[in-house]
Amino acid sequence: MLLVHFLRDQLGMTGTHIGCDTSQCGACTVWLDGDAVKSCTIFAVQADGHKVTTIEGLSTGQKLHPMQQAFHDEHALQCGYCTPGFIMSAASLLKRIPHPTDEDLLHGLEGNICRCTGYVNILKAVRRAAEIASNETRDDEAEK
Amino acid sequence: MTIRLATSETQEAVREAGRASQGPYSGQSVPRVEDSRLIRGQGQYVDDFTTSNVAYAEIVRSPLPHARIRGVDTSAAAALPGVLGVFTGHDIVIELHALLPVIAAGVPNRRQTPPQYPIAIDEAVYEGEPVAVVVADTRYGAADAAELVAVDYEPLPAVHDLDAAIVEGSGVTHADAADNIGWDVALPGEGDVDAAFAGAAVTVTQRIVQQRVCAASIECRSVLADYRDRLTVWNSSQMPHFNRMYVAEGLGLPESKVRFISPDVGGAFGSKMGPYAEDYLIPIASKLVGRPVKWTETRSENLSSTSHGRGQVFDIEAAAAADGTLLAMKIKQLVDIGAYFGRTGANPIVSVQLSGGCYRWPIIEARSIGVLTNKMWTGPYRGAGRPEATHLVERVMDLLAHELHMDPVEIRRRNFITRFPHVNNFGFTYDSGGYHGALDRALDAIDYTGFRQRQADLRARGRFLGIGVGCYVEISGFGPSWQTAADDHEIGLTESAVVRMHPSGAVSVFAGTHSHGQGHATSFAQIAADALGVALADVDVVEGDTSNTPFGHGTYGSRSTPVGGMAVYTACQRIIEKGTAIAAHLLHTSIDDVSFKGGIFTDAATGERRSIKDVTLASYNRGLPDGIEQGMEATAFFDPPNFTWPFGTHICEVEVDTHTGVTKILRYVAVDDCGNIINPMLVEGQIHGGVLQGVAQALLEEVQYSEEDGQRLGGTFLDYLVPTINEMVPTEVYHTVTPTPTNSLGVKGVGEAGTIASSVAVINAICDALEPLGVRHVEMPASPQRLWHLIHDGMPAALR
Repeated sequence: MLLVHFLRDQLGMTGTHIGCDTSQCGACTVWLDGDAVKSCTIFAVQADGHKVTTIEGLSTGQKLHPMQQAFHDEHALQCGYCTPGFIMSAASLLKRIPHPTDEDLLHGLEGNICRCTGYVNILKAVRRAAEIASNETRDDEAEK
Repeated sequence: MTIRLATSETQEAVREAGRASQGPYSGQSVPRVEDSRLIRGQGQYVDDFTTSNVAYAEIVRSPLPHARIRGVDTSAAAALPGVLGVFTGHDIVIELHALLPVIAAGVPNRRQTPPQYPIAIDEAVYEGEPVAVVVADTRYGAADAAELVAVDYEPLPAVHDLDAAIVEGSGVTHADAADNIGWDVALPGEGDVDAAFAGAAVTVTQRIVQQRVCAASIECRSVLADYRDRLTVWNSSQMPHFNRMYVAEGLGLPESKVRFISPDVGGAFGSKMGPYAEDYLIPIASKLVGRPVKWTETRSENLSSTSHGRGQVFDIEAAAAADGTLLAMKIKQLVDIGAYFGRTGANPIVSVQLSGGCYRWPIIEARSIGVLTNKMWTGPYRGAGRPEATHLVERVMDLLAHELHMDPVEIRRRNFITRFPHVNNFGFTYDSGGYHGALDRALDAIDYTGFRQRQADLRARGRFLGIGVGCYVEISGFGPSWQTAADDHEIGLTESAVVRMHPSGAVSVFAGTHSHGQGHATSFAQIAADALGVALADVDVVEGDTSNTPFGHGTYGSRSTPVGGMAVYTACQRIIEKGTAIAAHLLHTSIDDVSFKGGIFTDAATGERRSIKDVTLASYNRGLPDGIEQGMEATAFFDPPNFTWPFGTHICEVEVDTHTGVTKILRYVAVDDCGNIINPMLVEGQIHGGVLQGVAQALLEEVQYSEEDGQRLGGTFLDYLVPTINEMVPTEVYHTVTPTPTNSLGVKGVGEAGTIASSVAVINAICDALEPLGVRHVEMPASPQRLWHLIHDGMPAALR
């Protein structure tokens, strides 16, 4: 059983979506031990003993993850179907590369397909989230 | 590398237009209220729903474009543990009371409409046509069982080439048909077209091909059906009421016993108009196995068995005078219908009816032939007829300009329609426009004059830059019932809303439209909050459930705001009318003395006021004036007097690498006029997405078929090239604002605008770039391979 079917059909966690058969679209992106993976490319048993984070677990309580907030603020979603996967990919990307260039962003997000937004506002949102994160880091360091 | 993304100009355009807003919300980029659930993974798409005891269906589909079905052996599949039923065409047809509908509007003089069952019985006529339905207690079980269904196919020749298909005596799409002609309609022009051509300074002849493309919404289609004393169907659709109407008929049930729910829908772009075969098959399967049944399309199925877009070929002749004045155009259109009419309705003929574009044409003479082929049917895809029309006329303008050695902008200027209302060559009335203004804005934004200088400089250094202009006028706001119902047996495309003020003063808006990315929960709330003078947060918009929304046609054809939004607005006005009567009673004055503004009823004589909240509470109480019933709600159906006619100009700047054939978009300016704007942020989002879909048709996308046997080639996202973020177009969005006189909100609709001029802006730019190399016309998609051949095949070997 694929991890994505385990999440959706067994656990009822339907925030992770399916958009293709061939691991192109990235709608099913989740984190496995903190790294973004396409949950249609691994079996559920391969996740045994590992930590899986889905879109449902990204924010804490009512407070949104900065990437969720940025997608809302920049109108980076329309139908919302690709959005969970996009947010999980983008948030993972910023963990790896806190100060990404546009090349980093294009390369890091080419595995997620959006058919509604034309990507313009998605790029704006990810840039914004990176900016917020780096400001927060600066603030944290200033406090120290 | 930093990609330059333009800052928002739309809000500025709204301000410049200076349109007095009806309240604090309209014209503002109000953040979307629907985002909250979608960014948390709390959206509910059809496949997210489940119900106790749900079973899963898998559909066995024909792998061949045309075949006789000699037999279907279901025994091995049925014997697999967990399998609840395996149904062939013969099993399904017993349950069927009516066939899939053919929407006749706009397709006059139909020669034949092949009867469409939701499943093949003895003959499969397109690749992907359902042949059997397998139901099992798990998803994987159904998939495994489907593999075991053995179908004995006798391959038949497939009809796939349009030119060949219309030749008498050619093979036929349906074995029992005489030919492949679905319709053959003459749209004669007024005047002597031959004389116009004879007197022309220049004429051009061109074939223009609109390749088949897939809408490829990221959510594929899905159906969950629960058949018991009532039938409930969760359906990923743009039009739940419409689907209910036909599926109820198909299953022989009263419409009132059938409930369709289209919850969150993950994109549609015209492809989730229905009903589809599966909308019948899954409810029937649920009936037959006695359990709820869920089916969700795979991407491979989506690319084979969800309607394709475009698929039209035009043979054009056009004539102009020496000063660029347009004289006449002749068009022969071939429409690739596919194996069935699908739900095509009017859209293929719209391509011809709008082929004159933004220009005065003394005469256009056209003939449209609908051709049946052994392929999935074509249906509406974002723009549906307008991108085809715009691509056609804007290519013709460039070709004529080229013959006349005239700047392509100049020939457009000389022929623009400038007086409104304008009746076009096919009897449609353009409501309002300012085509020069949109063009000027776009030329200024992209620095057209400066570009020509840069282009010349770079050409001298062996670089090939080009600029392409696409001006458009489109038909939106579908549509006035007098123009959209073909006869008394069809219903016109009005739209509906119920607005209910609860005793607390909170507002529910129930609309017959459907939002699948458009943001109606926000924009309709803006309209209602402004009209009623309440806080936006107090308004909730409900769509997609036939059990609580009034009959509506759903969302397509950029109709939601100009038609559905007007229904919301009209219902609000009715509430205010009733509220005024109650307020007058409470204020002990006459109705004529009470005015309403910003949520407050005021007695003109005394200045005494009552808020709409107070009046609403009173409306549920005793002591109302005579003749006034309790409650505060209103239903409205809005039947627009005309379509709306958005317009604009898109300009694209490209560079073509002549060594590789790769096209790079350097800049893209979009000037769109969709009338008054309710939410600038949503409008920009629609333009961004629409532009990329049009650009993708120009550069990337095509459903390909084998020239040899008509077999579809490819069929996953590995080979069907939807754009990724690497293909993003950093569109610079501008607006002019010309309200429509057709409705009180002055709104025209914007859902498809981005797609309409974008394919031709790109292709015109590529032709402009390659003009020094003798390239006159480029078909879509302008892939590196195609361009490389155009550039190199005619070139002396030494220069290659």
